[in-house]
Amino acid sequence: MSGKSRPRVAVVIFPGANCDRDALGAVELVGGEAVPVWHQSADLAGCTAVILPGGFSYGDYLRAGAIAVHSPVMTAVRRHAAEGGPVLGICNGFQMLLEIGLLPGAMLMNRTLRFICRDVHLRVERNDSPLLKHLRLGQVLRLPIAHKEGNWFAAPEVVRDVEAGGAVALRYCTPTGEIDDGANPNGALNAVAGLVNLQGNVLGMMPHPERRMRALLGGEDGAALIRGLVEAA
Amino acid sequence: MVVEVRVKLKEQVLDPQGEAIRRVLAGLGYAEIEQVRVGKLMLLEVAGKDATAVRSRVEEACREVLANPVIEEFEVRLP
Repeated sequence: MSGKSRPRVAVVIFPGANCDRDALGAVELVGGEAVPVWHQSADLAGCTAVILPGGFSYGDYLRAGAIAVHSPVMTAVRRHAAEGGPVLGICNGFQMLLEIGLLPGAMLMNRTLRFICRDVHLRVERNDSPLLKHLRLGQVLRLPIAHKEGNWFAAPEVVRDVEAGGAVALRYCTPTGEIDDGANPNGALNAVAGLVNLQGNVLGMMPHPERRMRALLGGEDGAALIRGLVEAA
Repeated sequence: MVVEVRVKLKEQVLDPQGEAIRRVLAGLGYAEIEQVRVGKLMLLEVAGKDATAVRSRVEEACREVLANPVIEEFEVRLP
């Protein structure tokens, strides 16, 4: 081990989450120090970046993410985000960011009414956030999704603001990068797969970058995102 | 007292679940059922006798956690 300290990244552990171990491993793989932080914790254990991992916190009772956001640790997460600290919400974590209003809109049930677990293609719409800096504009990523509530919805005036403000980070697309309804797995408005806040420090996305960190396991497209987060820590 | 909280999707929000139920009903011969919207009914046992105060607290709980104002609206019914 080198003496240089690695950036500490908190992965919040919620009961019912199932992607926390993958997220911890992903952070370590790109040189971060992954720190599991229990949802009852009042602080982020000295971490300078946060992952809200995927899964089914509290069994998705009430609404996906709705109960988890009232955990004690979320006060610290909100403060961290307000101070400009990087936050990545993946899948259920994205649903949480919507529930607490750090990102706009809400998730409805997929239009197919089915849980969808498969690879999708995503077009990069923003790369000026520290979390997105290793991506190229227009680049097409291939990442897996695994959700039943990923059908992003917002009122028409909110959708207008989201588009005008450039909050869309990732859109579902065809393998060649075209936006097409047939390439939209869940019915999300404007094919929204990921949103970033105005300051660029809070990113929410339905696809799972932490599951695409090694060529041997299907691809490395997720590594650029996780590396961006770790470097921003 | 037992307070009823009804949460339903806003009118402008599509309800694919309700639509799937409508289709199965139509297939079973209930063609006259033209639309189905699925919501949630929660029964809250609330301590307190002052109906105004109880309503106000339950409405606060609805806004804070029981409903998501982006997609849902709620109705509070007291006995």
